[in-house]
Amino acid sequence: MEEKIYDLIVVGGGPAGLAAVISAKQNGLKEVLVLERDSRAGGILLQCIHNGFGLHYFGEELTGPEYAGRFVKQSQELNVETKVNTMVLEIHKGNPIHEVVAINSTDGLMCLKTKTIALAMGCRERTRGALVIPGTRPAGIFTAGSAQRFVNIDGYLPGKKVVILGSGDIGLIMARRLTLEGAEVKLVCEIMNYSAGLARNMTQCLENFNIPLKLSTTITQIHGTERVTGVTIAKVDEHRKPIPGTEEYIECDTVLLSVGLIPENEVSIAAGVTIDSITSGPSVNQFMETSLPGIFACGNSVHVHDLVDFVTEESLLAGKCAADYVKAQNSTEQSSEKKTAPTIISVTPGNRVRYTVPQRLDLIPTSDAVKNKSENNTTENDEKIRIMFRSTDVYRSITVTVMAGTKLLTQQKKRIVRPGEMQTVEIKATDVQELISSPQPITVSIEMPEDSID
Amino acid sequence: MNNTTYDVIIIGAGISGTCIARELSKTNAKVCLIDKEDDVSCGSSKANSGIVHAGYDAKSGTLMAKYNVRGAELYPSLSKKLNFDYKNIGSLVLAFDEDGVKKLDELLLRGKKNGVKGLRIVEQEELRSMEKNINENAVAALYAPSAGIISPYQSTWAFAESAVINGTTFLRSTMVHSISKNEDGTFTLQTSSGILQTKFIVNAAGLAADKISKMAGARDFTILQRRGEYCLLDNKCENLVNHVLFQTPGPLGKGVLITQTVDGNILIGPSADDATNETLDYTGTTSASQSAILQSAVRSVTDIPKRNIINSFAGIRAIAYQKNAEQKLEPVNDFIVEEDKNVKGFVNVAGICSPGLTSAPAIAEDVVVILKKAGLKTEQNKSFIEERKGILSFKHSDKKEKLSLIKQNPLYGQIICRCEMITEGEIVASIHSPIGAVDLDGVKRRTRAGMGRCQSGFCSPRVTEILSRELGVPMIDITKRGGTSYVLDSKTRATVEDIIIKKTTQE
Amino acid sequence: MTKMENEKNIKHLTCIVCPMGCQLEVTLPEDYSEENKRTFDSSLFKVTGNTCKRGDSYARKELTTPERTLTCTVAVANGKRALVSAKTNGEVPKEKLLDCMQLVRRLTVNAPVAQGQILAKDILQTGIDLIACESVS
Repeated sequence: MEEKIYDLIVVGGGPAGLAAVISAKQNGLKEVLVLERDSRAGGILLQCIHNGFGLHYFGEELTGPEYAGRFVKQSQELNVETKVNTMVLEIHKGNPIHEVVAINSTDGLMCLKTKTIALAMGCRERTRGALVIPGTRPAGIFTAGSAQRFVNIDGYLPGKKVVILGSGDIGLIMARRLTLEGAEVKLVCEIMNYSAGLARNMTQCLENFNIPLKLSTTITQIHGTERVTGVTIAKVDEHRKPIPGTEEYIECDTVLLSVGLIPENEVSIAAGVTIDSITSGPSVNQFMETSLPGIFACGNSVHVHDLVDFVTEESLLAGKCAADYVKAQNSTEQSSEKKTAPTIISVTPGNRVRYTVPQRLDLIPTSDAVKNKSENNTTENDEKIRIMFRSTDVYRSITVTVMAGTKLLTQQKKRIVRPGEMQTVEIKATDVQELISSPQPITVSIEMPEDSID
Repeated sequence: MNNTTYDVIIIGAGISGTCIARELSKTNAKVCLIDKEDDVSCGSSKANSGIVHAGYDAKSGTLMAKYNVRGAELYPSLSKKLNFDYKNIGSLVLAFDEDGVKKLDELLLRGKKNGVKGLRIVEQEELRSMEKNINENAVAALYAPSAGIISPYQSTWAFAESAVINGTTFLRSTMVHSISKNEDGTFTLQTSSGILQTKFIVNAAGLAADKISKMAGARDFTILQRRGEYCLLDNKCENLVNHVLFQTPGPLGKGVLITQTVDGNILIGPSADDATNETLDYTGTTSASQSAILQSAVRSVTDIPKRNIINSFAGIRAIAYQKNAEQKLEPVNDFIVEEDKNVKGFVNVAGICSPGLTSAPAIAEDVVVILKKAGLKTEQNKSFIEERKGILSFKHSDKKEKLSLIKQNPLYGQIICRCEMITEGEIVASIHSPIGAVDLDGVKRRTRAGMGRCQSGFCSPRVTEILSRELGVPMIDITKRGGTSYVLDSKTRATVEDIIIKKTTQE
Repeated sequence: MTKMENEKNIKHLTCIVCPMGCQLEVTLPEDYSEENKRTFDSSLFKVTGNTCKRGDSYARKELTTPERTLTCTVAVANGKRALVSAKTNGEVPKEKLLDCMQLVRRLTVNAPVAQGQILAKDILQTGIDLIACESVS
């Protein structure tokens, strides 16, 4: 019996993976498979029972489970094969068929063959250990996501008197959630001098429940031998170092850490995918393809998003591109034509920009592109390439500038940009095609009115 | 209550107590191993460098030197029989100047005198071929090929299980309140688990050894606590060093070590912080010592990838002191391993600081001799089982084994700890093992679930559920490390319990 | 507008209707107070800072009869999972949120639960229902 070769295997059945597989199916791929480690598809959204999801994509405000539910339903309607309680252990780059090693209780250890892979593993939380917070190691220290799982999925209250470190949205949401479930959230500490979360969450999660927020404050020691008994907090200076003499003891039995998310890429790194050290996710091109041909990535695994709506759009693109890839492979197999090597244009962060996704554009000459696209009946003239990026700080009245060498590709004014709000800018595909003949790196910058113009 | 009179009660289930228990289980002596915590290796044996020292450091003629060298000989075969990790990676003591080189020569001589094999000095070129990341200021090193690394809690658990498999009774959460000698020479212990009677006592109580000795009216010594802090680097940094790197003393003091651990992490430390009355039994970490050990470590390896620190922890060394003629406390500078001169049948095994971990199997051999000399009458245990299986590591099994494991037990197909690739099968096995895990940290020490990059962020809800199910204990009663270290506070809804109970009844 | 009006009753709020979180400035008439705010005619407010109409409506509501959507979990009996995520199908008075939670904590529904199913009707006589956001078999 011939071994089955999938068109696409998606690692992770959260919003990213689901959107990718749905898009791949809708764009013609038949043999697709989603591998999900939890007991059901839906990803982290299943435990995000609050609303605020889908305002962009659906035009309505949905809770996490509702948003995820729509994509789960759609994947079921499209008869997408999904294996749950399944962990992907490794992926191996092949030429051209890749291998995915996964494990579950019913199928045992599987070595699956596939033409393309979409990496959609999401992200993990930064830990107390990584922060080297001094003190003891009692019970009662949780990352916000772990606590959220205990409360919203298992139905347990992690503690009664809580101090939260980190004013990102997850911390703020949990402040409200724990209060609604009967805990006393005594304080939210934030090491920066501004809150990382949305202004709306400051209001509806903290102010509305009289939960104090202390900026420029961090936890300098955790106390308690068996269970947390309290924390010492202190103010920090401009270098984020504790200021001696500002220490204060806060009695509590629970510490919640909401101190950062890191893209999950164990499997990607082991496979040899090139990682962007700033995003901690794979470097991708405009097709969401990693450095390994046929291996795509999307969602929080590539860079941590603020809005799941953006995850969905990015992942729909990845799924479509995986489909295009497979179709192109099939047609190349049939014809004896050699594929032209793409011209690689790097996309780099310029002034005041922390990172860009994609990190490169792989450009193939027009004639080939037309051949590929003609099957899909799309015209090139309107086609845009979307670049996502984050600013390094809060800036007002700025202009986003995209340059290819010295040529201005596009400019866009924005009233305000914040590191906590992902931005997008679009450039024309036709502009970029011109670069094939004279390659120039593309830079995305944030210009301020006071910058000198030569 | 319990009417048995034991032949030997061993107070303290650290590396010393558990090695002694195993050694005694080769005889038909009735042995009871007790610990005040809810598990083995909860004291100093839980948090230390995990080094099997070669034996050049201990002063010649001391018990430390004798037991160190003998223990180092025993570990390789013990690790195989009892199925715990041991890697013979060798050690290098780095010298950075002339004084340092003199010290190396001193150690070389001492080592040879102590009976250490294979010691030699390596110079610059060879040193750098052995270790690529060494600081350019290192000029030479003492190479000890017989040094190795183990996991201190994993090995302690292995010794303990071997003892239990061979008939030893293990009593958890058993704190000794008083010890009295009876007219017939036996001892009565009042403990939190009731009254225990025994012919002989082995005091291996670590940080509390002085209190236990006093309780029995035996030798008056004092255990001073010296905290050692460490930090751990992500296993992606595994190749930072290839051997255990020590330092000759420098401006900042004794120096720190940098080593691989058997699990592939990099360990840096320890600090040496003497406990005050306010910080007794304190195993927390401090920013001062964490900075200090990293600063010290740079002497050995220039580029320490601090971004890859995944955890930090501290353990306490039990250092034996006694009053001199002027009634001032001075260090004993050796292990105390002896039958007490006044209290017959009471054997002190105290002040087991470095090289205690290495020495424990050798100390155990001698303690059995001491007990026999003291009058313990035993015969060989004819049904002694040499090997102890432990739990199978899924990660380290080959493909064929993995497939068959999952076929036999589907729980091996469920990955619970993603960072370390630990399956539900292993976690369940660790709970039902001869000395099973009863709390989150117990599962962690036996399986490594929770020790990876995400530090149990992903797996702790799942491990808590598994403990609850396997022990038949409500989720809110599951602890991190016994006592009142409850993981959770309360149920948010009255019906929430039912799922766990239902799952158990379904199986 | 007189100088006195300018100084007195200006409230600053963050709009919570969408993630943008516009910073709103609401100028309130002199006779507005905490005591009479519930029945005050909010068309007399002056609202600036909003990017859309919903922000304007939010400001007027927030300073008279503030309301919130409640999202929570409800216990499920005999189901595959212990909880079902739920939300109110409209907004309830903000001051009743914790009371609503008292009720939610004592509520148990029997499996199976369908998405959209009403778990509690007319919660605390607000006219608002609590509905399931997902299904539980």
